[in-house]
This record gives sequence, structure tokens and C-alpha cells, in this order.
Amino acid sequence: MHPVSRPPIGVLALQGAFAAHQQRLAELDVASIQVRRPADLDGLHGLVMPGGESTTMSMLLTSSELFDPIAERIHDGLAVLGTCAGMILLAREVLDGRTDQRCLGAIDLVVRRNGYGRQLDSFECDLALRSGTPDEPPFRGVFIRAPKVEAWGAGVEVLAEHEGVPVLARQRRITVASFHPELTRDARVHAEFVHHLEMESS
Amino acid sequence: MTSMSEQAPSATSPRDSGSSGATGTFPVKRGLAEMLKGGVIMDVVNAEQARIAEDAGACAVMALERVPADIRRDGGVARMSDPEMIEGIVGAVSIPVMAKARIGHFVEAQIIEALGVDFIDESEVLTPADETHHIDKYAFSVPFVCGATNLGEALRRISEGAAMIRSKGEAGTGNIVEAVRHLRSILGDIRKLTQADAAEQFEWAKQLQAPLPLVQEVAATGALPVPLFCAGGIATPADAALAMQLGAEAVFVGSGIFKSNDPSPRARAIVEATTHFRDAQILAKVSRGLGAPMTGIGMDQVNERYAERGW
Repeated sequence: MHPVSRPPIGVLALQGAFAAHQQRLAELDVASIQVRRPADLDGLHGLVMPGGESTTMSMLLTSSELFDPIAERIHDGLAVLGTCAGMILLAREVLDGRTDQRCLGAIDLVVRRNGYGRQLDSFECDLALRSGTPDEPPFRGVFIRAPKVEAWGAGVEVLAEHEGVPVLARQRRITVASFHPELTRDARVHAEFVHHLEMESS
Repeated sequence: MTSMSEQAPSATSPRDSGSSGATGTFPVKRGLAEMLKGGVIMDVVNAEQARIAEDAGACAVMALERVPADIRRDGGVARMSDPEMIEGIVGAVSIPVMAKARIGHFVEAQIIEALGVDFIDESEVLTPADETHHIDKYAFSVPFVCGATNLGEALRRISEGAAMIRSKGEAGTGNIVEAVRHLRSILGDIRKLTQADAAEQFEWAKQLQAPLPLVQEVAATGALPVPLFCAGGIATPADAALAMQLGAEAVFVGSGIFKSNDPSPRARAIVEATTHFRDAQILAKVSRGLGAPMTGIGMDQVNERYAERGW
């Protein structure tokens, strides 16, 4: 059981690796609910937008009547963690996306879809987390047909980078990663998101 | 829940490109399978169909020369598709592209990998090239999906390096009955295996003809170490939701879309049904007015059981 004081977190469950995010949150004793319909957003303090196919999710966000409610909730201060496709959906501008692909414009980033290439170019590597102490172990980043940050605004805080390009970033209540912290049994990125959320909620 | 990356078998052939990271590792291969969960992978035979599939919300497309229903009708040897046709599809869409190689035909797989395809299906729908051996999938950087009719077959494919398993069903029939049989067999045996004690797990490994460490892992986690999708016979949104409620993590739709009267709305409806698979109100809504599904055939009329291919 999680403490009653803990604000509920939703995981967008339209398509993609949402179950893995729930597993990471569960390891932190944080309960989460799957979000598929507008009513599922009621009372949420945080939302995770997982990896998957951003074109599929973009279509389903509209058909499930979730796009506008999520945009409104973000405007009202909903904290969001977006990984890979989630990062694409939260960005200000998407390059190489579909013309009908909608993005929420919640973080001042320009990202190139599949900017790191196709699956044969997908990779894993060690990342230094900016928030950590010097002796903190690296985070194993798994990048799957990952989006690449091409430009970022002054308000964006870079939390980790790979070869000089931001791969983990935050602006106000929006945190995004071009890799998949849900795929490694290392809940530090999720812990930081939950910590941030609780600090703001208290 | 699938187990996490560090428990996976380590790949024998990752390409380490120095500071930019390691490619082709097992976590990277399985990572793409994880991203396809909750989605619909659609068979397409040309760029136009690929675009229709992408527009409808497919999370990936499977490029092949003939859908299984046509392979079944035409007979003859079914092989890997023409590279030109595969490239045409790769160039037409932005979502992942899969392509099929014959069972055991590792050279077809080498060619498909060289084309930059994102996933290879070592598929019983094509005519097998080797009646004893499957492809050594660790020898590749591209991930593989393989079919299975039961838990032993699934674990043998995983031991060969498959990053995803799909229940075989009976491709090209538009009949869900075999897919249900295979899903129930795989998931039912997983549920039973979780109750087995250590001594019984040895017997399970013997009966399943599967490596003991994989049997022990499934007993401990209650899931395959890679994602389990469903294929073979899905023709309607209800079929897709049935597979999902039975425990599949995503669905492949082959002939069911482009052999129906009106592919585009049906494709979209199957995508929505796969997402909202427990919501009968939404399933009822998306199932309306789709026109005729593919006619389909009963199992007693099936000339050849593709699911029996593979060892």
C-alpha cells in the first residue's frame, strides 16, 4: 500500500511500454493507474507518457478524446514525464513527423523523430545524471529508434546529455527523455520525477 | 510482466561503436518489441497499403509479397519478398517495418537485415528452408520474432535469440480459433508452471524440450522473458480484443485487413479495439458499419496447417 498523502500518478496506456513504467513506479511504492479515457485523468497529479509509436499515440489521443483534456491539465500545472514517443508528443516542434501529427508544445524543444536512426542504429550507453553526485553510478540509457533534440530554449534544464545533445531535460513540471528509463531496472529517473511531484504538491 | 534487461541472455554479436554506445544488444532488440506493445502490426504488400496502415494507426507494418490468404490460395513455394518491394515500403512510412524470412533461411535474413528493416519474422507462413534448424538469431543485430503454438516452442525460439514471440494461429484463414488455442496453451502452461516446485521444474523442462534456466525464469516471473503477441486469424475488432483479453500484449493482422471489403476503417477500428480491449462500449462503437470482413475458412477446409511448420 502507498501512503495516502501520495498523489496518484497516471500512465497513458494507449499503446507502448506503459506496463514497464508502472513496474518502475511500483518499485518505488508508487501506485499508478492506466489512462485510456478522459475520466481517468480526474484527480491525477502526475502523468507518464510512455515510449511507443508517436503516430499511433497521436491518432489514439484524438480518437479517445484525450488530447485536449491533457493539454488543459498541462496548462493547469499537471506534471508529466515523457519518454521517447512521449517526448515527441510533449515537444514544441517535431521534425520528420507526420503532417497530421499533433504535439502538446509543453516543453521548449525541437526534436527530430527517429533522429538517432532506425532499429539497427538503436543502442545502449552509460549516461551521467546531472543531478547526481560525482561518484553516482551512470544510468544505462536504452535508445530505441530514439528522437533527437535539435534545439532547446533557455528555460529548459538539461539533466543528462549524450555526445553533447540533451537526452534528459526538464522545464517546469515537464520532464522528457529520449531514452527509456522504464526498460532498465533502475528507478532513479522515476524517483526524481516522483520526488519533484511531491515537493510541488506539498 | 516481462523481466527486465539484465536478466536477458546476453547477445553474442553486439556491435560496439565505442563512445556512441552498443548496438544490437539483447536489451536493444527486446526494447523495440516493448515499444510495439498494445499496438497492431499490419501485413502490407505495397507502399500504398503501408501508408493506409500507418494512417490507420498501425504501430508497425509487415512487408510481404502476398498476404497469407493468397499464399494459401496460390500454393507453390513462398519466399522472402523482393528487396525492391521491401525498400519501397521502408521508404513510404515512418513507423517500424518488419519483413519475413523462411524458417532456417539465414541468408534471406542477412539480406533483410542489409535492407535496414527493423524486425525480422522467421515465419511459418513462408515455405520452410530447413526442417531441423531455426536461424541462429544471436548472429544478427536486427531483432527477430518467431511463432509458437505452445510454451516449449516459445522457449526454444527464445533460446535461439528471438526478441518477441507471437502465437501462430492459422494464418490466412480469418479464423481466430487456432490463435485462441495457442494463446491458451502458452499462457495456461505458464500459469501452471508458476505452481511447480524446483523438482517439478526439471520435469517441465524435459517435457517442454526447453532449456532449464528459461523454464526456471518463467516459473519465477510468471511471464515469458520477451513480449508475447498474437497472430494468425484476426479479422475483426472483437478478435483483436479477444486476443488481448486472453493475455496477448499486441496483435498482428495479416489478411484480415486488406482482404476485407473496406480496409481503412477496419484497420482503424482494430487499432482502437486493441487499445480499449476491455471496454465493451468502445468495442461496440468501433465494430459498427465496417462492411464485410474477409470470408475466412473453417479448419476442416484448411489444406495445409502452417502452424505445424517449425520445430
